[in-house]
Amino acid sequence: MEEEWTPKITLFCCNWCSYAGSDDAGVGRKQQPPSTRTIRVMCSGRTDPGFVLTALMEGSDAVLFTGCHIGDCHYISGNYKAKKRFEMLKEILDEIGLEDERLQLQWISASEGSEFAEYIRKVTEEIKAIGPSPLRQEWMK
Amino acid sequence: MEKVGSVLVVGGGVGGIQASLDLADSGYKVYLIEHRPSIGGGMAQLDKTFPTCDCSLCIESPKLVESSRHPNISVLGYTELLSVDGESGNFIAKIKKKTRHVDINICTGCGACAQKCVVKKIPSEFDEGIGERKAIYIPFSQAVPNKATIDIDHCRIFAQNKICKVCQKACTAGAIDFDLKDEYEDLNVGAILFATGAVPYDPSELKQYLPDHPDVLTAMQYERLMCANGPTIGHVKRFSDGEEPKRIAFIQCVGSRNPKIGIEYCSAVCCNYATKESIITKEHNMDTDISIFYMDYRACGKGFEEFYKRGQDDYGINYVRSRVAEVYESDGNLTIKYEDLAEARVKEEQFDMVILSVGLSQSKETQELITSIGVDLNRFGNVATTIDHPVETNVNGIFVCGTAQGPKDIPETVAQSSGAAGKIGSLLSESRNTLTTKKELPPEKDVLGLEPRIGVFVCHCGINIGGIVDIPGVVEYVKTIPNVVYATEVPYACSDDGNKQIFDKIHELDLSRVVMAACTPRTHEPLFHATCAEAGLNPFLFEFANIREHCSWIHMNEKEKATEKAKEIVRMSIAKARLLEPLGRGEIPVNQKALVIGAGISGMSAALDLAAGGFPVYLVERTGELGGLLKDITSLPNGEDPKQIVGETIKRVEENKLITVYPNSEVSDVSGSVGNFKAKVISPEKEEEIDFGIAIIATGGEAFKPEGYYGYDGKRVITQFELEKIIDKVEANTIVMIQCVGAREEAPRTYCSKICCTEAVKNAIRIKKQKPKTDIFILYKDIRTYGTNEVLYTKAREAGVIFVRYDDERKPVVNEYVDVYDEFIGENIKIKPDLVVLSTPMVPNDDNAEVGKMFKVPLAPTKFFFEAHVKLRPVDFATDGVYLCGLAHGPKPIDECIAQASAAAGRASIPLAAGKVIAEAIVASPDEERCVGCAICEDKCAYLAVTIEDGKAVVNKAMCKGCGTCVTACPTGAMEQLHFKNNQILAQVKHAFAW
Ligand code: FES
Repeated sequence: MEEEWTPKITLFCCNWCSYAGSDDAGVGRKQQPPSTRTIRVMCSGRTDPGFVLTALMEGSDAVLFTGCHIGDCHYISGNYKAKKRFEMLKEILDEIGLEDERLQLQWISASEGSEFAEYIRKVTEEIKAIGPSPLRQEWMK
Repeated sequence: MEKVGSVLVVGGGVGGIQASLDLADSGYKVYLIEHRPSIGGGMAQLDKTFPTCDCSLCIESPKLVESSRHPNISVLGYTELLSVDGESGNFIAKIKKKTRHVDINICTGCGACAQKCVVKKIPSEFDEGIGERKAIYIPFSQAVPNKATIDIDHCRIFAQNKICKVCQKACTAGAIDFDLKDEYEDLNVGAILFATGAVPYDPSELKQYLPDHPDVLTAMQYERLMCANGPTIGHVKRFSDGEEPKRIAFIQCVGSRNPKIGIEYCSAVCCNYATKESIITKEHNMDTDISIFYMDYRACGKGFEEFYKRGQDDYGINYVRSRVAEVYESDGNLTIKYEDLAEARVKEEQFDMVILSVGLSQSKETQELITSIGVDLNRFGNVATTIDHPVETNVNGIFVCGTAQGPKDIPETVAQSSGAAGKIGSLLSESRNTLTTKKELPPEKDVLGLEPRIGVFVCHCGINIGGIVDIPGVVEYVKTIPNVVYATEVPYACSDDGNKQIFDKIHELDLSRVVMAACTPRTHEPLFHATCAEAGLNPFLFEFANIREHCSWIHMNEKEKATEKAKEIVRMSIAKARLLEPLGRGEIPVNQKALVIGAGISGMSAALDLAAGGFPVYLVERTGELGGLLKDITSLPNGEDPKQIVGETIKRVEENKLITVYPNSEVSDVSGSVGNFKAKVISPEKEEEIDFGIAIIATGGEAFKPEGYYGYDGKRVITQFELEKIIDKVEANTIVMIQCVGAREEAPRTYCSKICCTEAVKNAIRIKKQKPKTDIFILYKDIRTYGTNEVLYTKAREAGVIFVRYDDERKPVVNEYVDVYDEFIGENIKIKPDLVVLSTPMVPNDDNAEVGKMFKVPLAPTKFFFEAHVKLRPVDFATDGVYLCGLAHGPKPIDECIAQASAAAGRASIPLAAGKVIAEAIVASPDEERCVGCAICEDKCAYLAVTIEDGKAVVNKAMCKGCGTCVTACPTGAMEQLHFKNNQILAQVKHAFAW
């Protein structure tokens, strides 16, 4: 039996909300596909475009920005700035023709374990549907 | 006799926790006891909090963990206070630690016992009876202490004399011991704080509301129903048929404002939580129809009126002013029969679900305990206090805070708790730091420039990780990674044994980095940081790999893939660990003088509390007199004498040698940050430079002058505040008072001023007493005599004061006559008053904006100051070292101002007493070489911590909170976030996936 392909998804979580939400999913034993690798930053405002591009080039099939809901950022407004940066990055990736699904942004609070798990399941399915990232293949050439 | 430098806090709700943290941080040993198995109180059960709809447990949980880890707090769950002997400064408190039949020193809180226990379906207390638990249980997943408890009323061994060892077998740690007995202990403490809280009113006797019907829930049960960690994982459904309700009704004042059941007071929180629960329900499903049946909507608190408005305008919640007669069932539906007060007509309406907005009441046991110790209760059954001593009981050395003292919301509870902690701190100040422990740490080993020597510990966490992930396999893999000099498996890393192993290996193998593959850093990192520090390794050379929450627990059916993922997670952490650098946790010395701006009752109270703690205070007042607004008040709602309160306070301030008063003065040119501020104090005569470590903003407010409203002229039409001054000389046969004049309207006065209804009612009663023949009409929108002020409303009606409701569409018209629509008789009435009194709101001081700018602290849209967190940090600013209290924060009564003043002083005493603050280690750090001075970082910083000096970015470490936003924005890579440096994160990114 051929093994099912599992996408590789790099997940940036802010310490105060989405990382905690991911913990909450764990505590609640909310099962998820083993597709994600989490990188904890203090605030979503720390999610650097350089990290994202590196992740994509190193073979991630998708990158997720996550953080506190707007208004809840532990550092007042880091997530606003993350959102702006995300949009800018999105434009660049659009330009080079990368599929929309490969860069996503989602706000998840510390108590939204179920939502977190649901989201990871959803994203994983989406990426499965579009297959491995062309970026890495480009890069490898 | 010498005072004892320790404190007993009774009750582990948010109030008790806050007080414990404040006390422990300011140099006292604290015993925090809670009769339930875990701390957190009612707040831990809530889904969200009003008016921000913040996730309740998310904001409370860090405090739970912090208190349990604090070296100077002993959190004693499942423990009761039995008796108290002794006197202020030296009490003996006898406590009983009820046995859990689980050795809490061994129990790891893994929950395996509860999973296996065969006694099911016991109504869960935490879920208010609508969820279930086992006979051995941990109340909720974030419980602190996270320890199992056997419920002997249901356990087969104790309740049925059966032989059952299922839990004991499930416990691989061996923590369960059926023979463990209760333990008794005598605690020697200097002061005692009752933070015993309140309980939701039990509506089972109010049969008219069908309290036993499965689709009639209390608001607290509904809270559990909505909550993601509740019994239905947040799915709102009917217990009768599992259907999602389409029409939900809230009935207000169940167990409040009802002398028939012996509860005269208003519970002060129910209107707001009903709106909150309605909004959350609507957010789940906008199509749900929600009606709130209320008598007077009481949005008394900061942001509550605006929240009410959102409920109406944005969410379409149907607010029905009414009196509910009964709820009855007909063909599976619930019908509410009520009197519509607007139309003075009886109506009926059907709903799928009914929520009873139950009030706050006191449990008999708590009341008995409190009185047995000699502490007085008031007529409402709450701990008795006075207006000028809101947190002190009749017994010296015994204090109270939170809902034990009367119904109140979370921010008021937190303020009182910090206030009580501040008062206790001052009382015991001679014994500060006598019983606290501070760990002496060995010198740190040098690691810079040396090849990293990494030790990796992979935790089984019982079967939590080990049952899924192949731990030996992970260890073998890890050993192949460069720089790993040691890798091992441990059964429970967080146990004492586990920590000892880490400690030993750091020494033995000269480890320079430690990677812990276990659970989540959010709860366990401080523990391992401490272990590293004890072994002489800088804590920032430690890195976590979360292979439990993020791996074994979420891939329970894919053991192989989970193992692969675990290896990669650990590899990522090792990659980061290799690049970690030791960080200094700098200490910033704190100047032990304080500045208080404003010498009203709040400012003076804060100054006195600070001085009582031994700290010199500069008290700056812009007018020529001390006393603020209170000196013009002639009576208080509970009959206490305001003149005496203000007179005595002024005298104490003037006599206090530690307080320097600057009348007719203003503060300007503020510079510096926590610990080291400088400013100028300017008066017409002189200008003086002062330096201080903290500042308290108590700039007060004033009564709104209603120019242009209802013919206000200051003679026949005056304000309530003006009436205060002349009330004994009033010659009028007919008086009309109009409420909400200039309040609850357009921005910036969108708010309810909280005190005006009580003021009006109080003054009306006073006039009625002097001249019973006077006719008094109070025209109102909602009578908001919240809390125990409700009795004044009753009293006023008994005295013959006539209340006429008006609404915004039909405002009263004031000429020679006052013309107003009376809904009871259904037509307009005309009154010819000799005096019209307008109740106007408190408005913020006009120089708030300027003061705010100087201290870099924000204002709310209402122009009152904006605190760090509406719920949990009511007297702090997000900017460290600056605090607020009283009317500067928003309209509130005097006792609340005084409690806040004590709170601000108490919070400020923490850095003052320590004489230093620990600087944040994870801060931004610019590289001068690469910085081009573009100032993007300065622009991005929400804390104004970055400035450009001489063309280079400079980070004020005391102000930087370490979010890293500026780092990401830096175009040249000059800015770095320590511990989250670009190369460290990139290393993780690159090692995330194996190829
Ligand atoms: S802390 Fe979570 S987004 Fe800023």
